[in-house]
Amino acid sequence: MLRVIPIALIACLVLAGCDRSSATTGSVAGGDAERGATLIAMVGCGACHTIPGVSGARGRVGPPLVQIGNQAIIAGMLANTPDNLVTWIRTPQSVVPGNAMPNMELNDHDARDIAAYLYSLR
Amino acid sequence: MSYLSGAGVKADPVVALTWGVLVISIAVVIIVSILLLAGIQRGRSRVAAVDIELQQVERRGNALALVYWGTAISTVVLFGALVWTVAVLAAINAPHAKPMLTIEVTGLQWWWKVRYLSDDPSRTITTANEIHIPTGQPVRVRLIGADVIHSFWIPALTGKTDTIPGQTNVTWLEAQRPGVYRGQCTEYCGEQHAHMAAFVVADTPDVFQTWWNDQLRPAAQPTTAQEVQGQVEVQFRCGACHMVRGTDAGGSVAPDLTHLMSRKTIAAGTLDNTIANLAGWIANPQAIKPGTRMPVLNLSGQEVSDITTYLQLLK
Repeated sequence: MLRVIPIALIACLVLAGCDRSSATTGSVAGGDAERGATLIAMVGCGACHTIPGVSGARGRVGPPLVQIGNQAIIAGMLANTPDNLVTWIRTPQSVVPGNAMPNMELNDHDARDIAAYLYSLR
Repeated sequence: MSYLSGAGVKADPVVALTWGVLVISIAVVIIVSILLLAGIQRGRSRVAAVDIELQQVERRGNALALVYWGTAISTVVLFGALVWTVAVLAAINAPHAKPMLTIEVTGLQWWWKVRYLSDDPSRTITTANEIHIPTGQPVRVRLIGADVIHSFWIPALTGKTDTIPGQTNVTWLEAQRPGVYRGQCTEYCGEQHAHMAAFVVADTPDVFQTWWNDQLRPAAQPTTAQEVQGQVEVQFRCGACHMVRGTDAGGSVAPDLTHLMSRKTIAAGTLDNTIANLAGWIANPQAIKPGTRMPVLNLSGQEVSDITTYLQLLK
């Protein structure tokens, strides 16, 4: 019986690892995280959100994006997949009309780079 | 925002004086240091191996001569610097020609109200934080203090002049070439003193006149349902402090928003004027600029969205 315990513990660790990797979202195809961080500062996401690694991004309007890479749901209604995050960043007013986050007229390329940076926050 | 290079007839002599006095000061430090080290070295070799207590004070003729020379050279150099300084002060005291344009700048906690005065009252306009001027001519600036003492400073164009409640100060500036010149309040004026920037935007006279004519237009009218709703909310929620000319928003204690989107920053240079920054500022200004006179209005997401959408029209 005592032998089983370490095995069970190891199994737990392995499974915990699996669970973690399935909850997180991987990377954004074709996204340049470094460019994304620059864009975040230019666009002004930090006026509403706290975003680690972006100077001055200490907003207290929307949710802090401290661990958005580990978050399961975005905008309270979308699964946190790369495509959904890109859609939300590009057209939040279409996803949840009348929410406080404005459409920022970003193109797909810019939104992908921003999403790539956000997924580095875990 | 550097005071080590100028961009106008008023700043250039000051910049030259700054560099000149800086060079003289550095030369003085170097010369004095060398003489001091040499003196220490000489004295040390002479008294080597002699009992310090038995050493007598020596008075040699050439030592006193050195003092005379030092005093004479210092006097000549300092007097030269004095004459130069007074000459520069005289040169920048008044512009070479009578200014055609007078702008009234009011320092407030923590922003600048900017009024363009004209003999024709219909051409008088009010804006904020961004001071547009034509190049190649002097512009008179009347400085008014509204609450506490602030100081108006555009390093590349003009030195500091205080805005004092109850007293109107007058200064002038002139830009030689088009450009954006950053300025800053330089009299500590409270919590957000550091977030009290001003920008002088110098353009050729033609471009400047076009800008002025543009600013005279009333605010753009809303068309979509959301824009109409946004205008209603701005009048209701923002209009007691802010003005949007042509609407019921008629407040005058905060920046005029009639042509908000023509400005490059919001909150006196605190944020770039992007839609994201605007939404964040409207929703929670106290998080961005704690102590600012703009309160948190407890707006809903829908209201923030409506107001931001409407404000985007105000070009």
